[in-house]
Amino acid sequence: MFKELILILMGGVLVNNYVLQQFLGICPFLGVSKKVNQATGMGVAVTFVMLCATAVTHPIYTYILVPCKLEYLQTIAFILVIAALVQFVEIILKKYIPALYKSLGVYLPLITTNCAVLGVTINNITDGYNFLAAMISSLGVGLGFLLAMLLFAGVRSRIENCPSPKAFRGVPITLIAASIVALAFFGFAGVVENILGV
Amino acid sequence: MTENKKLATFLRGIIAENPVLILILGTCPTLATTTSVISALSMGIAATIVLICSNAVISALRKVIPDTVRIPCYIVIIAAFVTAVQLLLQAYLPKIYDMLGVYLALIVVNCIILGRAEMFARKNTVLDSVLDGAGMGIGFLVALLIISTFREVVGNGSFAGFEIPFLEDYKISIITQAPGGFLVYGILIAVMNKLTEKRGGVKKKSFSCDGCPSSHLCHKTSCSEVEEITAAARSEAPASVGKEESENV
Repeated sequence: MFKELILILMGGVLVNNYVLQQFLGICPFLGVSKKVNQATGMGVAVTFVMLCATAVTHPIYTYILVPCKLEYLQTIAFILVIAALVQFVEIILKKYIPALYKSLGVYLPLITTNCAVLGVTINNITDGYNFLAAMISSLGVGLGFLLAMLLFAGVRSRIENCPSPKAFRGVPITLIAASIVALAFFGFAGVVENILGV
Repeated sequence: MTENKKLATFLRGIIAENPVLILILGTCPTLATTTSVISALSMGIAATIVLICSNAVISALRKVIPDTVRIPCYIVIIAAFVTAVQLLLQAYLPKIYDMLGVYLALIVVNCIILGRAEMFARKNTVLDSVLDGAGMGIGFLVALLIISTFREVVGNGSFAGFEIPFLEDYKISIITQAPGGFLVYGILIAVMNKLTEKRGGVKKKSFSCDGCPSSHLCHKTSCSEVEEITAAARSEAPASVGKEESENV
């Protein structure tokens, strides 16, 4: 059981990295990765919201939608819950933890329409995880997002200073850099399984 | 005259403001579903249907929806159509439903759809919004087809599932995998930059921020301003903490 959880966690961080292997959450990955501190803020905020979202949507699915045979309302229910949750978290943070609000607050509204958050809640249900496994999986995915953001922010600050052909400046060269970072993550396929001997 | 205007509304999404190639919106489904022509085509069609329907409904309800809660309202409308498309595909084309997987549900958070609702449908008539939705949807579909054709032919040696005799032996499978997606998309945008550069006005777009539906939440329109806000917040933070402490004392 413990081994399984570690596998889910590391799978989210390295092997099935949402940004670099599954193309979820590309908008913030490319948009907010110009500086390392910004990338960290966004990564932490996304991890936090993913954990909150899973903590709320998993019970809603298991104890409300399934008994009422309303599984097909999953998409609508989840996106509404996430949108409301983000607003709620914003208000709570503003009121009680202003220091945290000041560092994460600006990123929160952007997260409502982040496909990685909705993606992880839906995938947790599709993969049939129980509550604990779902939380661990969200944590892994969030940390994977943070890792990708951080690595990429480092790469990107160097690209900005490089002379690249005019047509490649801006978006194209950033995407090509992302491709190379994704190639590096490709090497993690199978690593975790082999280390744990599963 | 009005005919021309309507045509322009329709064509704008396909060429001049192509959501994928010029506005750089909807990157997630673009990269994820272009591994094969079939999945790109189904994704494009599904998104176009949702876009047309949601644009029509949002435009029809534009005087009813209160301004302050418009984003949640749009999300509900879009999610309803996405669920309808999901159920239809599951019933009639289960293979395509399995192929698209989670990305089908994620049409809800596709920036193109929410962006068109926010930027066009809430200010224009139903007919114009439908034309705009159709144009943008077809623009999305065309871009997906271009990318997926290249990725499938080079990466898998086939087109829409049919194997191409000679290329079959020389496939470069990395192109159909994750890194290849970024690479092909990056090169395609560079080509578009080169082409539009010759015609003069290249619209300098930062990453999707200009077309991003949440841009008004970033207080202004660009991520660089988010940067400034964070910087300001950081410099303020220690000061406010100090104030609280002094109050406590």
